[in-house]
Amino acid sequence: MSYYKAKDLERFAEIGQFRSELAEKFFDYYHTVTGEDGALTRREKALIALAVAHSRQCPYCIDAYTTQCLETGANPDEMTEAVHVAAVMEAGMTLVHSVQMHNALRKRGAM
Amino acid sequence: MQEAAKQSPVHPAFEETLARRKLDLAPVSVETLQVNVTRLCNQACHHCHVDASPKRTEQMSRATVDRCLEILEKHSSITKLDITGGAPELNPHFDYFVERARALGKHVMVRHNLTVTLDGNPQTGESKLYLPEFFAQHRVEVISSLPYYQEFFTDKQRGNGVFKKSIESLRRLNEQGYGRPESGLMLNLVYNPVGAFLPAPQAGLERQYKKELEAKFGVVFNGLFTITNMPINRFKKDLERLGAYDEYLTRLINAFNPAAAQGVMCRSLISVGYDGRLFDCDFNQMLEMNLPEESGRTIFDFDLDRLLNRKIIFDQHCYGCAAGAGSSCGGTTATE
Repeated sequence: MSYYKAKDLERFAEIGQFRSELAEKFFDYYHTVTGEDGALTRREKALIALAVAHSRQCPYCIDAYTTQCLETGANPDEMTEAVHVAAVMEAGMTLVHSVQMHNALRKRGAM
Repeated sequence: MQEAAKQSPVHPAFEETLARRKLDLAPVSVETLQVNVTRLCNQACHHCHVDASPKRTEQMSRATVDRCLEILEKHSSITKLDITGGAPELNPHFDYFVERARALGKHVMVRHNLTVTLDGNPQTGESKLYLPEFFAQHRVEVISSLPYYQEFFTDKQRGNGVFKKSIESLRRLNEQGYGRPESGLMLNLVYNPVGAFLPAPQAGLERQYKKELEAKFGVVFNGLFTITNMPINRFKKDLERLGAYDEYLTRLINAFNPAAAQGVMCRSLISVGYDGRLFDCDFNQMLEMNLPEESGRTIFDFDLDRLLNRKIIFDQHCYGCAAGAGSSCGGTTATE
């Protein structure tokens, strides 16, 4: 059984049970950034959030931002591409560290 | 699963929500007569609130069509005729209805599914290839469902091959001048979500549709109407199958918008069933929510004053029309 339950997302506001002024600041910031068209559209922001949700593997966020992508008019091609951006960034961040490995190899006279 | 866990959450009745918000949604006019002339359709879409399909046989009779025309002639305040179905073009009196209503000077809208032009009548094999020219000749406003500007979502909702046929049919309408501003021939598209989610904002989605359809297919159109899926009939069964009915209704209720509620279409139209019965809207028609006896039950008892004084019958599906930016047969009803 998973610790994560989809219904728990509805209880997000509970983070304000203690030190509610901090939660209010967070939710204000959150809604300002994601809830309105700015230099980026809500659709573009939803796709970025979906990519981050996959990268951080947050099941709540994947669920919520799949809906948000659909409700801002995005489609599975765009959503899948966004996930690939997240995936390829992860892969790139792993692979670029092989330069560090090369440095270590050189230091040992092995390259 | 334990019995308690199976119980649905209790949703407030739509009328309770109206009362709590001090909203009185009385009729304001009958500007549109929306006539459902048949349940027969060449398609059988997943979301269809009419449960229309190639197997249905219900058709409006010539006598009922004539009575609708009489009402249109008698009441100059009813300026619009909105013909729907099924695929309304599959009613044998469709052409006559359009021709006569136009001769009366009415604005005629047809809920045209695009594919019927190429598919023809699934029961008789009759060709419908003449439709784009017929629509243009009578300057009908064409309103057509295209659930998305890509094949995947469109075919998922409306059946395999529907997207390609729809594009071909749209090209034929464009050839007649539809969707080209200089022609004055109106071609509006309808978006409704492919699943259990609310529509995207209409203006942004319209821009996206225009860009994609023109760039990829050379297709042009005038406007996009976004419509919320009503949790009734086929779509409700789909939601129940997915275990998503309560969650969907909760989403609609949480998105309740008083401005959208005030713009609901039942305040300015009367819906007529294939058998002549009157309803507050096409959704109530499919749920057999008959008007009360004192309002006049059929087109043969039509009395405008009594209808303007009727009490509109609401139920839980009405949350669909009042959610977010609102939803009607003409798209959103509140400023986004």
